[in-house]
Amino acid sequence: MDISRFTRIEPATWRMEPSGAMSVPVVIYADETLLQEMDDKAVEQASNVASLPGIVRGSYVMPDGHWGYGFPIGGVAAFDPDRGGVVSAGGVGFDISCGVRTMLTGLFVPDVMRVQRPLADSLFRQIPAGIGSKGAITLDAIDMDAMLAGGAQWALEQGWGDEADLERIEENGKMAGARPDSVSERAKERQREEMGTLGSGNHYLEVQAVAEIFDHTVAAAFGIAEDSVVVTIHCGSRGLGHQIGSEFLKEMVITAEARGITLPDRELACAPVNSEVGQRYLGAMRAATNCALANREILGHYARRVFAHFFPNADLPILFDVSHNTCKAETHLVDGKRRELFVHRKGATRAFGPGHASLPLSLRPFGQPVLIGGSMGTGSYILVGDERSEGKAFSSACHGAGRALSRHAALKQWSGRKIVDELAARGILVRSPSTRGVAEEAPGAYKDVGAVVAAAEHAGLARRVARLRPLICVKG
Amino acid sequence: MQASSSKSASSAPRGDRVTGWEHFPHDADIGVRGWGATPAEAFEQAACALTAAVTQARVVPQSEVRLTCAAPDLELLFAEWLNAIIYEMAVRRMLFGKFAVRISDGHLEATLRGEPVDVARHAPASEPKGATYTALKVASDADGIWSAACVVDV
Repeated sequence: MDISRFTRIEPATWRMEPSGAMSVPVVIYADETLLQEMDDKAVEQASNVASLPGIVRGSYVMPDGHWGYGFPIGGVAAFDPDRGGVVSAGGVGFDISCGVRTMLTGLFVPDVMRVQRPLADSLFRQIPAGIGSKGAITLDAIDMDAMLAGGAQWALEQGWGDEADLERIEENGKMAGARPDSVSERAKERQREEMGTLGSGNHYLEVQAVAEIFDHTVAAAFGIAEDSVVVTIHCGSRGLGHQIGSEFLKEMVITAEARGITLPDRELACAPVNSEVGQRYLGAMRAATNCALANREILGHYARRVFAHFFPNADLPILFDVSHNTCKAETHLVDGKRRELFVHRKGATRAFGPGHASLPLSLRPFGQPVLIGGSMGTGSYILVGDERSEGKAFSSACHGAGRALSRHAALKQWSGRKIVDELAARGILVRSPSTRGVAEEAPGAYKDVGAVVAAAEHAGLARRVARLRPLICVKG
Repeated sequence: MQASSSKSASSAPRGDRVTGWEHFPHDADIGVRGWGATPAEAFEQAACALTAAVTQARVVPQSEVRLTCAAPDLELLFAEWLNAIIYEMAVRRMLFGKFAVRISDGHLEATLRGEPVDVARHAPASEPKGATYTALKVASDADGIWSAACVVDV
């Protein structure tokens, strides 16, 4: 992309002044190469976000930013309800509260490599993944509403999880303000048999080895050491979130036009936070957040069950569980005043710095773990929140590598079977019901995750703690 | 319309008319586009593109599902149509390969024909989450050929 529209205000911070309908600037955090490789459409989308009512300070793009729908993927924007600020169903997206959890195993690489193949096969059998897979859980209407109100807390009350998990899950495992009565029957029907399923696309369960430590003090506090093994799960609110997203997108487009809100893109469908539809959406979205938290808790329980078979003494405590498609009410310092804002993160991770009151005491001196999914070939990263991120992007950081090639282009370039074989030769076992799905998620289709996290660190969003390399990847 | 097993553009002359579908690229997700002599035909073809985003295998039209949906304009109706198919795919765990659509005054009635997902045979690659309003367009060209397109989140 032509970067001449941007002013480099810091080495990894680029600013484009507002023009036309924009009321705030676009600010992109990236190094020069990442910015040059960014799609023009991502900037166009960030500019559109900058024109939404009540936006505060800036329309931000993280280093993994790329063309999304409505918001760019990697987009962050905060809205002030007292100044007409909006909540946007398109800004949160279809996979509400999609996120990542990482669990510690207490094991080291040689322990896992001894059983790598049977462990991979067992995880693939026990973790329902992909279209046509069915969970072992069916919820009736009463259980559904209890799950939507209770999140991971509900899951562990059912026996899928441990009490100690909760403090390591955002919102203590239960998103307040959820309104199951704002969730349609169709959304609930879509979820009835989906609890404890991984989904497909870029969702995965990986067994990973810690390949490199950048910050030994924080790594020790997080319980990770070189060659130690962790389990990471990436998935979201499944069909329930998808259905809520679709329904409110349509309703908000229609009501925005009726309210006189000019949408630069229909996908940015939104409603004032202080409106009936805005409040109803927030209630439904928070219920979907609980669905995602419960789902990851159940999948974590399944992973523990499989590991217990191979390693009876491994208990898999959670390092952290964080969502990256969200709208959260948060208090932030703006122009010297603390204001309650509705922060949208679309493919962006909350990244609270040291001392934040929402963090458990064991993490508070260090900051929040920020979990970055890479590709199945290149690996992932664990970062820690940087206090400077509050002033830069409302305490946000990147969420993944970001795609460099479309699925379409990836399919033309790679064969799934070949990728599985090549990764196996490198000691990475991939298990998936679809070789085409593997080709679409080929490691080469993603940007260099190392460059993305380095840019996040240089920009002051989050600091690198450890790099992870995959040993086993179960994909939907 | 019968879903083709091809993953890219197909076109099938039908008398003096042309129908077809294609995928178009998007950074994170996938674009679907169908075209035909009427909006209904374009919608049917785009549905074939939606199925082809999931599987390249043949989908046997062994059972039938009927659905209706409505929206204030053709573009929102198109997204609603794809979302209605996605819903039926999800709750019935089915794939659909044949579609018959009728559109009248913002209301759509359709018959879908398909079969339960067979993971081994269909090897489903991706799970559509929802039809987005990104690159959403329903329009006719100078030759009167209608096309219907949008990005689908997968």
